[in-house]
Amino acid sequence: MTPPSSASLIAARVPIAPGPDAASTSMSAAGAATVPVSPSDVPSAAVNDAARPRRVLPERAQAILLGIAFPIALVILWHELVVLTGTPLIPTPHQVALMMYDFAFGGIHDDAFSGTILTHLAASMARVYGGFALAIVVGVPLGLLIGKVKVIRRLLDPTLSLLRPIPVTAWLPLSMIFFGLGPRSAVFLVFLGAFYPVVLNTIFGVRSVDSKLFEAAAMLGCDGSRMFRQVVLPAATPSIFNGLRLAHGFAWILIVVGEMTGVPTGLGSVIMDGRNLSRTDLVITGMIVIGVAGFATDRIIVAISNRVLRWSPQHHG
Amino acid sequence: MDNAAPSRRPFLAVRDLNKTFQIGTEQVEALREVNLVIDKGEFVCLIGASGCGKSTLLRIIAGFEPPTSGHVDIYDHPVTGPGSDRGMVFQDYALFPWLTVRENIAFGPRQKGLAASKVGEIADEYVQMVGLSPFADRFPSQLSGGMKQRVAIARVLANDANILLMDEPFGALDALTREQLQDELLQIWSRTGVTVIFVTHSVEEATLLADRVVVMTAGPGRIETDIAISLERPRDVSSPGFNDVRRTLTQRLTSHLKRRPLKTAA
Repeated sequence: MTPPSSASLIAARVPIAPGPDAASTSMSAAGAATVPVSPSDVPSAAVNDAARPRRVLPERAQAILLGIAFPIALVILWHELVVLTGTPLIPTPHQVALMMYDFAFGGIHDDAFSGTILTHLAASMARVYGGFALAIVVGVPLGLLIGKVKVIRRLLDPTLSLLRPIPVTAWLPLSMIFFGLGPRSAVFLVFLGAFYPVVLNTIFGVRSVDSKLFEAAAMLGCDGSRMFRQVVLPAATPSIFNGLRLAHGFAWILIVVGEMTGVPTGLGSVIMDGRNLSRTDLVITGMIVIGVAGFATDRIIVAISNRVLRWSPQHHG
Repeated sequence: MDNAAPSRRPFLAVRDLNKTFQIGTEQVEALREVNLVIDKGEFVCLIGASGCGKSTLLRIIAGFEPPTSGHVDIYDHPVTGPGSDRGMVFQDYALFPWLTVRENIAFGPRQKGLAASKVGEIADEYVQMVGLSPFADRFPSQLSGGMKQRVAIARVLANDANILLMDEPFGALDALTREQLQDELLQIWSRTGVTVIFVTHSVEEATLLADRVVVMTAGPGRIETDIAISLERPRDVSSPGFNDVRRTLTQRLTSHLKRRPLKTAA
């Protein structure tokens, strides 16, 4: 039996995440009208228009090809090394593929993990995006305040700098005391990990607004809270999005730690169970699902940021 | 001309202006005892070597910097901060990069709380005035330098500025684009009757554009001379008259430089 690609299944599931909606709602500053910005709109692009059709397609094909070739090579290497050493501790890629199929659809091992991928993925995603959303809700306004109001900066900046180097994992014992053994503890850890990149990048974004833009806005009659909404916020958006991308990465990293606190569901708990049961195929399956889910949602964030920041030539990643 | 006021109320008056910057522990005197009166509708060029305080003077008139002493008055009302009557055109444009051409130009009218349709009307009018209608929905990063500066000019005009403060606005442009924009600026000036205070270090540019050229000298920044240019417009850069003015201006600038014991002046 050949396992179908579970990657496509996950990718199809992921857009349930809060991402896509934000794309349409956070567009207010840039205007709702759709302005197709194709590369050929740029004046200088007209020069190499002739070269474009011939060159771009192979470029893109090459990027995709190379991007796929390397992990395939890694899988082949993995297989060969396991066969070569004959280790019983590491499963072959094929065994992991079977496990993944079973995890997704059941029918192979038929154990406690068969066909449970959606339960675990949904549980982890709820925590990842819960903590991530909390970090945004707290971190962005706090960063804007710290960046803009000197008194608040002086009040909070030293404390933030003091707390920041403490690894999130070091909060685990305290978090379990605060929130008990359960998902709330996981959300708290994800929140902590995502909070710093969000708040620090927001502060940086606010602090690095070109002072000429303030002068330009002031002479055009903009002041006070309007200045904040119409200049500070849009000018800080690129930096805020950088923070969101970093924070999103940390959120997925920390979910495994968070779900070690004794929650029954979630990809982190699957990995911990796999470890306790010496089911390395299960451990690797959990790792791959986390990687794919994290990758897919990162692409969503990139897509949103490309849309919101389509005015910024630096932000097309 | 003004309505009958007891004394002559100048349009824009710079009175006994001094400006000292604190740089570290050092006091740097940027402007000393600057006095200048500008009439409504005049085109005045401020010219001088770098460090003569011409940009500082412009920024004080704009209200971006407070003077150390003295004041700037517009119809006897002292300038206390930036205002929409004075529109600055920066050398590096300072457009809002997240707004399109039309939205940048609409920024000022929008602050006044006008109806959206009225704002759009004004924006379109000025987009058209600077010839950017085909590019109205582009972002600044998708424009050439000349186009960006057109947007910057349209942005302050759409805001009903009657004093255009221009800080070496064409300094970063290539020669052809610069000539084109100079020509367009003169057309806008004569059409709208706006007062222009234009900072430049180019004698040629000052001779081409200005009714009056105010020559400034450095260390500390002072006004050296104030020369009226009565050449007929449109001006012919190759005419003998133009060359005479240019020579006089150049002499004013360089004679001053030679008088100073600058070892590095080459």
